[in-house]
Amino acid sequence: MESNGVTVELDDLHRHYGEVRALDGLTLQMQPGELIALLGPSGCGKTTALRIVAGLDTATSGSVRVGGRDLTRVPANKRDMGMVFQAYSLFPHLTVVDNVAFGLKLRGRATAERRRRAHEMLELVGLEQHATRYPRQLSGGQQQRVALARALAIEPSVLLLDEPLSALDAKVRVQLRDEIRRIQLEVGTTTLFVTHDQEEALAVADRVGVMSDGRLEQLAAPSVLYSAPATPFVGSFVGLSNRIPATVSDGTATVLGQAIPVLPGSAESAGVALVRPEAVSVAADPAGSATVVAVSFRGAVSQVTVEVEGTLVIAQVGSGAALALEAGQRVSVSIDPAPVLVVAD
Amino acid sequence: MTWVGRSVRGLVLLAFAVFFLVPLWALLDLSTKQVVTGGRTGAHWKALVENEQMRSAIITSLELAVLTVVLMLVLLLPTMIWVRLRVPRANRLVEFLCLLPLTVPPLVIVVGINGVYSWVNYFLGGSPLTLTFVYVVLVLPFAYRALDASLSAIDVTTLAEAARSLGAGWFTVIARVVAPNMLSGVLSAAFIGVALVLGEYTFSSLMHFDTLPVTIVLLGKSDTGASMAAALATMLLTALLLVALSLLDRRRSERN
Ligand SMILES: Nc1ncnc2c1ncn2[C@@H]1O[C@H](COP(=O)(O)OP(=O)(O)OP(=O)(O)O)[C@@H](O)[C@H]1O
Ligand SMILES: [Mg+2]
Repeated sequence: MESNGVTVELDDLHRHYGEVRALDGLTLQMQPGELIALLGPSGCGKTTALRIVAGLDTATSGSVRVGGRDLTRVPANKRDMGMVFQAYSLFPHLTVVDNVAFGLKLRGRATAERRRRAHEMLELVGLEQHATRYPRQLSGGQQQRVALARALAIEPSVLLLDEPLSALDAKVRVQLRDEIRRIQLEVGTTTLFVTHDQEEALAVADRVGVMSDGRLEQLAAPSVLYSAPATPFVGSFVGLSNRIPATVSDGTATVLGQAIPVLPGSAESAGVALVRPEAVSVAADPAGSATVVAVSFRGAVSQVTVEVEGTLVIAQVGSGAALALEAGQRVSVSIDPAPVLVVAD
Repeated sequence: MTWVGRSVRGLVLLAFAVFFLVPLWALLDLSTKQVVTGGRTGAHWKALVENEQMRSAIITSLELAVLTVVLMLVLLLPTMIWVRLRVPRANRLVEFLCLLPLTVPPLVIVVGINGVYSWVNYFLGGSPLTLTFVYVVLVLPFAYRALDASLSAIDVTTLAEAARSLGAGWFTVIARVVAPNMLSGVLSAAFIGVALVLGEYTFSSLMHFDTLPVTIVLLGKSDTGASMAAALATMLLTALLLVALSLLDRRRSERN
């Protein structure tokens, strides 16, 4: 499918509130039609970044370029960006279809064309049967779908989503995030998706930008982010990691007596290796050096916690194998020899 | 509920009903009494519409009510929304200014305002409608409260930002997004304005304008029956207005 997205470039954005540096040199380039998720802990500046792109907030310094055009001095209502907010933001006095058509009305489109387009958008989000309802007659998930339809109706150059799913319950959240991705691929709009839920970010994004303290720590495809974190922060923030003491020499770490290659950016001599639970395997072995502490059933897979050399290590084990293990049992532990990040302790 | 509770409640309600209704009933009685023969007459009520002085006073007061409400809304509504959205720091100041008229005794305002009014009269002529300016000031504290409550009931910032991102300028944000969602506050502010104007006596009499309350008192000296009829009519009119406005509000919230 042809992409009708544009490039978006954030260049060295700073936003200071007195002493607080909400953004501290954020630089990010988005490809046309790409969906980038901005992921980071609370207060790291995600919302601030999005609001600056939307023109709802002004950067202390730095610039925003869309399709090569500098938008730094363009007011929000002239930026042509669709935005979906964390809080419910539909206009309470307008029906669903009028909400969706609002942006088109402001653009002076004829009534018939507005209606047609609004119904098209509602169809896209699966809510055409609720067109004449008022927002408060809809569930939270439905309201956010309408908000998405409203944002897309104006055919925005960029779509901005600020934790649009965080007010919804878990099941609806998963459903709607997949739907957002499907729609985004269908319309091909360059999209910036802010979230603090890593599963959400990894599931929908082409690339994920991990932020901390107003800066970008790493921008990479979800699988790369997961298997090859560039910084200690990313390694410990994305996914669950075991922290196992390790020594490093010549690009090889010794972890639990096993030699494992290290990722670039690792510590030079000693530190802790960040090892994913699924990279740890456990086998019943009366002569093993580890002891099972707990087995916790999680559906298809289970988590087995073992103690080895005074460290607690979590392993992800198929539930069939995990059921054969019990607390107190001796086991041997081995680690998948994929490269790991070793960080200073 | 026990029968004790029920009867206590009944008694309280009855006491209130007596307290409110007896004066009204007395007004009705006196305004329809034939003083000489002791029979009933509609003459005083007829005089109400036929009396030239009374008729023009009613018209003046209704005009004043409309002008006051319109001017108050035109001044207050955009200002409050603008301050809420753009200069939240000034919120306290606006609140303070709006509540200020409550703290100044009417007599002080009258004395002060006489100086201002020599200018107003010079530019606008001595029409009683110039009282609008005083009434807008008087109604500010109450209108502010009503509008502030309905402003706090909606997420103004998010609504405004959503509208901005869809291409709305500030005027559109205020007029087409925020204000329509404050209808209940606007209605109650309007009602308070009308009620205040129809009942205000101090200022209009001290400034020698013949509004409805002033004329009622004046008439009471010559034709007691007619002034009673006028007082009752004002009260009924105001009550009717209250019911109409609250019905309007009810219908709106049912629709949603
Ligand atoms: N108007 C403001 N005045 C002062 N400080 C602010 C303001 N807005 C944001 N901040 C600060 O800027 C930092 C970044 O805020 P921001 O809202 O961008 O975080 P976030 O990453 O979106 O967090 P969350 O996940 O909780 O939404 C925070 O430390 C916050 O306290
Ligand atoms: Mg945020």
